[in-house]
Amino acid sequence: MTQDANSPVRVYVPRDSAARSVGADAVAEAVRKAAADQGRPVEVVRNGSRGMLSVEPLVEVVTAEGRVGYGPVAPEAVPILAAAGFLDGADHPLRLGVMDELPWLARQNRVTFARVGITDPLSPEDYERHGGIAGLRRALELPPADVVAAVTESGLRGRGGAGFPAGIKWKTVLECADELKFVCCNADEGDSGTFADRMVMEGDPFMLIEGMTIAAHAVGAREGYIYIRSEYPDAVATMRAAISVARERGWLGEHILGSELRFDLHVRVGAGAYICGEETSMLESLEGKRGMVRAKPPIPAIEGLFGKPTVVNNVLTLATVPVILANGAQAYQELGVERSRGTQVFQLGGNVARGGIVETAFGITLRELVEDFGGGTLSGRPVRTVQVGGPLGAYLPTSMFDLPMEYEAFAAAGAMLGHGGVVVFDDSVDMASQARFAMEFCAAESCGKCTPCRVGSVRGVEVIDRIVAGEQRDENLALLEDLCELMTDGSLCAMGGLTPMPVRSAITHFSDDFLAREEGTA
Amino acid sequence: MTTSVSDVTTEAAISAIVAAHRHQRGPLLEILHAIQSELGHVPKEAVPLLARELNLSRADVHGVVTFYHDFRDAPAGRTTVRICRAEACQALGASALVGCAEERTGLPLGRTSADGSVTVEQVFCLGNCALGPSVEVNGEVLGRMSAVRLRSILDEAVTS
Repeated sequence: MTQDANSPVRVYVPRDSAARSVGADAVAEAVRKAAADQGRPVEVVRNGSRGMLSVEPLVEVVTAEGRVGYGPVAPEAVPILAAAGFLDGADHPLRLGVMDELPWLARQNRVTFARVGITDPLSPEDYERHGGIAGLRRALELPPADVVAAVTESGLRGRGGAGFPAGIKWKTVLECADELKFVCCNADEGDSGTFADRMVMEGDPFMLIEGMTIAAHAVGAREGYIYIRSEYPDAVATMRAAISVARERGWLGEHILGSELRFDLHVRVGAGAYICGEETSMLESLEGKRGMVRAKPPIPAIEGLFGKPTVVNNVLTLATVPVILANGAQAYQELGVERSRGTQVFQLGGNVARGGIVETAFGITLRELVEDFGGGTLSGRPVRTVQVGGPLGAYLPTSMFDLPMEYEAFAAAGAMLGHGGVVVFDDSVDMASQARFAMEFCAAESCGKCTPCRVGSVRGVEVIDRIVAGEQRDENLALLEDLCELMTDGSLCAMGGLTPMPVRSAITHFSDDFLAREEGTA
Repeated sequence: MTTSVSDVTTEAAISAIVAAHRHQRGPLLEILHAIQSELGHVPKEAVPLLARELNLSRADVHGVVTFYHDFRDAPAGRTTVRICRAEACQALGASALVGCAEERTGLPLGRTSADGSVTVEQVFCLGNCALGPSVEVNGEVLGRMSAVRLRSILDEAVTS
């Protein structure tokens, strides 16, 4: 097993901010030091994360067998691993095995996330070696309408939450005659429990650039913006660095890949407003204004950024376009179920033993995600509920865990897939306080333009407080239901319109939690 | 009328920032980020200056500055701690971390201590939902936070 002492051992330690949050930088430094102490040359590559976040910081060593993983590795453990011979892939209690053979990863179908965690995110050579740019090359051989047709045929739906077919949006923009059009990427990933956009931007930024460039060719845009939330400074820095590299490589700018396509990209940073994840609010913010939601119509595809036709798609949507072009719409369309085609990048978070990225075809059940992949709760207590689809998504009880993960099945169950986030709670959760939080969050983050959302959310907090205080419980529950109906029907956007979803689901499935807290106060 | 040196410096800094971003489309947010990054906050006197430079009304500029949670009207403490209060971190005891911070600093969330040593704020999601609860300390995200560790971070912050 011992390699030639002169050739450096390649060791991967992620630069992803989740890995860094548990000490990956110190681990990378410790690996360099331990190797130097042993007189072993090493090449430490800071890759993206594999998304198996429970084993971060993950250290992978390239061996004749493949990439052997060790994790979770504390910086203090590195000298011990070195003494045990981890640079040769030696055995140790932290040794996970050959990464590609681990069931947690092998059972997934990584299509969008194929390169994330494998490559050096800022190496264009690595990107091309692992299939990058093939989609853009193919797209440039096709007339714009054929690229749009391919995206439509793939069945790709918007991954930001609404699930609108991407190809139809693109066709609308293509058919606008305006000279100036824009491609905007919504990277304001504010939903709790979601982090896939961040991991794409930190772990495979060229993929997003390639997807946006294909979109530009497809609709006739020359200028693009990526709106990234300010809570993601690493993603901002990595995207900006990747854009510079892409310009140098001729992947952005004039005559992209020698074609007539001209397209350039800019990063814009949000400023801590959840509502700016709503597409029209994001456009206002990109224009340098308050993030106030716009009434629709006009739709952004016709009157978007600065009033011009604009493609607005989520990171995952745009990042999936290159592989659709490279491998064909048919290959993507064959995955999934019903009208949910392709794969979804599910994100397991909260009180879960093995959280992270699970990319599979649509149709996997909630139970498989939470129990098989997630391994139940981190606390070891029973799972009580999961919230799917962010702060505006429903709380589902374990009796609904056989629900297949697809758009229509969730909608029929009074829930939504949203951006694919699944947040697990154990049996210590108080569902009345989760319902109250949903209203409190809406009150804090509402843009204030429409009354049902701005005022309704404040009233919602008050009514829930009265219910749990046992004040006229039945009347106040009826009032809360009335308020939820009003917010759902009367709000301008999904913020006020969907805040009732977690509230109603909590009341429906966990009504006992809404009983008075102190006996005798009713 | 006298003008203090710091006013002149602030004005010059803001003018330079505006000049650097003026060519961008809809540059106000980028300019505000740059001002806060350079001055630590967006001072009140920036509002009329920006209005004049960008041909906007003062109300427009004020409206933007106050809409976004990120922009401060006074400098933050020497240590800024942001505790994630979103659902994934709630599921792992974020509210206990908030309680710990309020108890240690004697301040509600969003305030800066009188001696300027520490600011503790809430944040909704740092994108670290599988390794929560998460806290950000001076821009660095720390996962799997415990009350004991947060307390030692705050101990160090309030005495420095």
